[in-house]
Amino acid sequence: MNDLAEIISQNEDRIRAEWIRSMSNTVQRADLISKAELDEQCRDILRAIVAGVKTSRPTEISSSGWATGRELLSEISASRARQGFSPVEVATFVLSLKQPLFAAIREKFVSSQEKLFDTIWSATELLDRLALVTTEAYMATREELILRQQQELLELSTPVVKLWDGILALPIIGTLDSARTQVVMENLLESVVATNSKYAIIDITGVPTVDTLVAQHLLKTITAARLMGAECIISGVRPQIAQTIVHLGINLEDVVTKAKLADAFALALQRSGRTVVRSSSAPTSPISNLFAKRED
Amino acid sequence: MDRIPVLRMGSLLLITIQVDMHDKLALQLQDDVTERISEWGATGVLIDISSLEIVDSFIGRMLANIAAMSRVLGADTVVVGMQPAVAITLVELGMSLPGVRTALSVEAAMELLYGAATRADDAST
Amino acid sequence: MRVLNREVMPLKTSSDVVMARQKVRLWAVDLKFSLVDQTKLVTAASELARNALDHGKGGSMTIESLSNGSKSGLRLFFEDQGPGIPDIEQALKDGFTTGSGMGLGLGGSKRLVNEFSIESEVGKGTRISVIRWK
Repeated sequence: MNDLAEIISQNEDRIRAEWIRSMSNTVQRADLISKAELDEQCRDILRAIVAGVKTSRPTEISSSGWATGRELLSEISASRARQGFSPVEVATFVLSLKQPLFAAIREKFVSSQEKLFDTIWSATELLDRLALVTTEAYMATREELILRQQQELLELSTPVVKLWDGILALPIIGTLDSARTQVVMENLLESVVATNSKYAIIDITGVPTVDTLVAQHLLKTITAARLMGAECIISGVRPQIAQTIVHLGINLEDVVTKAKLADAFALALQRSGRTVVRSSSAPTSPISNLFAKRED
Repeated sequence: MDRIPVLRMGSLLLITIQVDMHDKLALQLQDDVTERISEWGATGVLIDISSLEIVDSFIGRMLANIAAMSRVLGADTVVVGMQPAVAITLVELGMSLPGVRTALSVEAAMELLYGAATRADDAST
Repeated sequence: MRVLNREVMPLKTSSDVVMARQKVRLWAVDLKFSLVDQTKLVTAASELARNALDHGKGGSMTIESLSNGSKSGLRLFFEDQGPGIPDIEQALKDGFTTGSGMGLGLGGSKRLVNEFSIESEVGKGTRISVIRWK
């Protein structure tokens, strides 16, 4: 394999220049990466290839000899994923090295068909594998990004509202799946501790359906809150959901449920020893004044 | 630490668990609590677990035992400050800590313990 | 699935159980598990380590950090040469209210992890492996 290493080393500048030139403008993406940076990246990759080829066979990409090469490519690929390159652009970046490399190989072995074929074959195997490494790294970065965005979305969509001293409300909007319910549960419990709230109202007006799994999750949340010293009230139970719950045989014996958030709030106030009293002074809105005058 | 301290505040026993207990320490605590209740005539036991990052089945049983034994000796127990992650794990583990009352804060615990006591006093007068 | 790192520790005394908890916590923090996942893992470790000590008459725990493609995880392996568990299915079902005896906390631990496997032979010992993925 040292033929390959030799060929690259001897023709480094030329191969690199050809490589960059053969990358069509779309792959080069001058808008995302400067010429100088691109030049440097290509230089580093070629050097890493030479180093890798010297220590191990091109098919053994996962061996330690290729560690630096793999790391380098993964890094470049990850940064391109973040910059907004498409997967095709990233793979083509590596694969377009084939043409200048093959040209250099052909030049060297113009008189020996066997060596020519063998070396070109090794080179193509190598570059294919490197392109795969690059693509894998790209995918991993994108997945990471998506996961992070999903997480942020989850956190944004489960607000906790303090209704009163010691009374929290969690209006849940949208479908509750396993991941979301975890977040809701953790959010609720953290808030209960942070605000020292003995009552937490989970409002499910905005939840379209409740199946056994969701009900189980809600029950777990309520049990956990109870273990900590807080009580949960479920509100916003629509008639259809009430029917589903009974139908599925879900046991809500230990749980207080109310149809409306207002009722749940009133209950929590009552349980925490508070009463709402209407003050005795007459209302002073302009409209009531009008009526008052008319009655004169 | 060879013993978890049991402090006294009037008729209240105060226990703060701050270390990762090994089993013997937990059993020692059970013994100590029951002894102190008898010795000092305590009517309330407050166990602060706000520093406990792990409550496994053994510790859970210890808490339930303390509550049960104290009850027999005429004292009420309240466990305070359970961390959310601990609560979630206990539920998953299937532990419901029967007979153990819990409160979010020492203040709430006092209300549970002595709110009830004052009501009982009112009833008798 | 690749094992990235591993550590073995004995479970011979009740302090070892405490040590086991702390070690698992360290590894879980290192792998950046969420707080809830850490707690679940450490609690499961506590249950199983205690079992190995109390019922298994002492044994060992092996911690391994794993990598499976894009996800990483932690594997705990508990081994003892104790009396073994005659009825595994029953043991997995038993709750904690049974107090002494079989209240092994196995069923509970199973719910705290993603993968759970157990092998036990009466008179030979027990081997339990659990994995929690990030």
